[in-house]
Amino acid sequence: MNYIVRTEKLSKIYPNGTFANKSVDFAVMEGEIHGLVGENGAGKTTLMKMLYGEEQPSQGSILIDEKPVSLASEFDAIKAGIGMVHQHFMLVPSLTAAENLVLGKEPKRKRTRTFDLAAAVSITEELSKHYNLPVFAKARVADLSVSMRQKLEILKALYRGARILILDEPTAVLTPQETEELFVELKTLKQQGKTIIFISHKLKEIFNLCDRVTVMRDGRMIATHNVADVDVHQISNEMVGREVRFEIARPPMAPGEPALRVRELSYVDDFAIPKLKHVSFTLRRNEILGVVGVDGNGQTELVEIITGNEKALSGKVFAYSTEVTNRSAGFVRRCGIAHIAEDRMTVGTALPASIEQNLLADRYRNRQFSTRAGFLRSREMAAYAGRLVHEYDIRCNSANQPVASLSGGNMQKVVVAREFTANASILVISEPTRGVDIGAIEYIHTKIMEMRSAGKAILLVSSDLQEVMALSDSLIVMHEGEIVAYFPDAAAVTDKELGLYMLGIKRQSDEELRKVLHE
Amino acid sequence: MIHFIAGVVTSANYWFIVLRSTAPILLVTLGAVITAQAGIMNMALEGSMLWAALTGVIVSAATQNVWIGLLAGIGASVLVALVLGLFALKLHANPVLSGVALNLVATGGTVFVLFSLTGDKGISSSLASKVLPSLSIPVVKDIPWIGKVVSGQNIVVYIAAVSVVVIDLILRRFAIGRRIRATGENVEAARAAGINPVRIKFFTLIISGILAGFAGCFLSMGYTSNFTSGIAAGRGYVANAAQVVAGGTAVGSIFAAMLFGLTDAMATYLQNIGLMPELIQALPYAVTILGFVVVTFVRDRREAERKRKLFAGTAMQKEKADAA
Repeated sequence: MNYIVRTEKLSKIYPNGTFANKSVDFAVMEGEIHGLVGENGAGKTTLMKMLYGEEQPSQGSILIDEKPVSLASEFDAIKAGIGMVHQHFMLVPSLTAAENLVLGKEPKRKRTRTFDLAAAVSITEELSKHYNLPVFAKARVADLSVSMRQKLEILKALYRGARILILDEPTAVLTPQETEELFVELKTLKQQGKTIIFISHKLKEIFNLCDRVTVMRDGRMIATHNVADVDVHQISNEMVGREVRFEIARPPMAPGEPALRVRELSYVDDFAIPKLKHVSFTLRRNEILGVVGVDGNGQTELVEIITGNEKALSGKVFAYSTEVTNRSAGFVRRCGIAHIAEDRMTVGTALPASIEQNLLADRYRNRQFSTRAGFLRSREMAAYAGRLVHEYDIRCNSANQPVASLSGGNMQKVVVAREFTANASILVISEPTRGVDIGAIEYIHTKIMEMRSAGKAILLVSSDLQEVMALSDSLIVMHEGEIVAYFPDAAAVTDKELGLYMLGIKRQSDEELRKVLHE
Repeated sequence: MIHFIAGVVTSANYWFIVLRSTAPILLVTLGAVITAQAGIMNMALEGSMLWAALTGVIVSAATQNVWIGLLAGIGASVLVALVLGLFALKLHANPVLSGVALNLVATGGTVFVLFSLTGDKGISSSLASKVLPSLSIPVVKDIPWIGKVVSGQNIVVYIAAVSVVVIDLILRRFAIGRRIRATGENVEAARAAGINPVRIKFFTLIISGILAGFAGCFLSMGYTSNFTSGIAAGRGYVANAAQVVAGGTAVGSIFAAMLFGLTDAMATYLQNIGLMPELIQALPYAVTILGFVVVTFVRDRREAERKRKLFAGTAMQKEKADAA
């Protein structure tokens, strides 16, 4: 078999001196599905950006069909037959699927040279049929489901003549059922002669889908294997350079008194879509209540309302006996609710501020750190920040460097360190390990379990199903803004079954759902 | 008073003036619409109009050819739009601030040039500039009342009407319209589709420059026959508010511009009956801004109403489900 894409001693040094890729020899064979795994900051993204012309290599060369090419922009990459499906979809919501598909390469009427909408629709429908990727050609993208948008992105690349498809963590936004569907479709594409590069954090997916897998670590290519010849443990060892613990130690613990009570919470978003419909539940001490659901089914809004970052349409939220509905984020925090935000880049941290400033963001006004007159006690602050940096294993040169300079995992540790030391009795945790490397994931998981043992009440939202299932004591499933299932014992339910509820195929009776109130 | 207004709005002369005052504001509103669709606010429309008005007068006086004057005026206007593009798109300056800066340069600059050439800071009457012709339309001109309104207007009034069709075609019928919308709505998606957003934005800036050029030249070579300092009189600013009233469409621009035109024409009449002229002159602007506020308010209300209804709908579904 031929190598369709190959890199030779490809290196990338960023202007700030970061060595993102070191002499990478990456080779993909024609017609295979090639998995690319590695921790965050391992250099996968940089490598793919160079292949897609978004970044220029500092050294080395890229060969397509064994011929050296220079990819100065996405445009060159598209011409060379490379297509990319980004994690954030590159679609225009107000245009239809067909209009999005042909954007930039539109069919035109022969005589008038005007845009030919009918042709765009038929092109979309034909491609959709040919590659067995169903999309509604005439629907506006805003009205399409996430999985259909993803299929549209794949079709877009194929329409532009892609022979090589790069998929950047495509399953992050899908339910288990949709993931399986996608895998079937990707295998069909493979049979039709397309080459696929599949980036993922989830080893299970690599084993289900890929023919070969390449492991990267610290900007280097560690190894490429035939998937049939290796097992999960070997790959994960290569990724982190040591054995990874998949099991989480969970001391048995009876839940205590009710801590966070949410009653009849409703919310409608700016696009007039009801995101929460009469959501009610109770979270107890010593309990981790996992919130499961496909992205965009109200989890984000639920968390934002509880933490005071969004206003509810109706309903009430209580932290112990205090009502915190629609109060400010500051008030909510003073009532003992800490919050690990799902987006650490925009909400969780202030990127240009230092690690120290971020760690002290919610407590610099305490007498410990500022005088009565309002002057800051910089020595105390430095000492305190140094202690947290050490305690939470934040890898940095100094607590004074900006948070923006940290890797995803260490940035998240800054957030975790702040929130877990905030003296809160209730922790609202969103996506604690999204885009975080395996080493940090393990660390954060251990910390969450410690918080549980310390008597905190923890609400855990994560799109990583395995994670919620492993950490939670009990689970609620959200679908279209409603709680559709409650499982008092998270260990007694399978991901398949959760998937049925996540997709709205099944729904528990009101009787069963009322149990989550614990009244 | 009511009697007077009723008399005015039924007269053909009033409607003739309405079309005449609508034309320049319509042109700049179209310019504001197309740039806003591409995701860049052309705040320099005012400056574009001022330079177009002055350049048109000077060049037409120098060449004694009104068309060369018009072309030069449009050229000057496009140049302003390109400078805004250079600042905002190439050098990444804030587009609104750059636009305002260009307008301030235009306000002072046009007067400076005018003074250097004529020794007068207020008006260009010493220059023998030309005036754009009016057209009388065969057949139509003989229709009673309508003929008096529609026929005999300055050529730019008809150009404004044609521009509505052209901009509508660009936005809705040609591929470039989709590209403009994609650029305005999700610039990353546009880029990923191989579209160069900077080029698209420059394209819309040039179009808006041409439109503002027509509008500016009309003011000094049709609407009046001189350049006077500050001749654009804030129309370039109002266009950005009118653009919102227009809802981002070419056809909507007619309504938004008419709102201005109707009050502007009425103001001319009201001045004659001795109402405070300063107050009257502010009317068209006040009405456009009021329109802007009302449209935004109504849109928000409608949105909120839609939300409530949607929610009531789902609540009812739930009740039904509970009952069943």
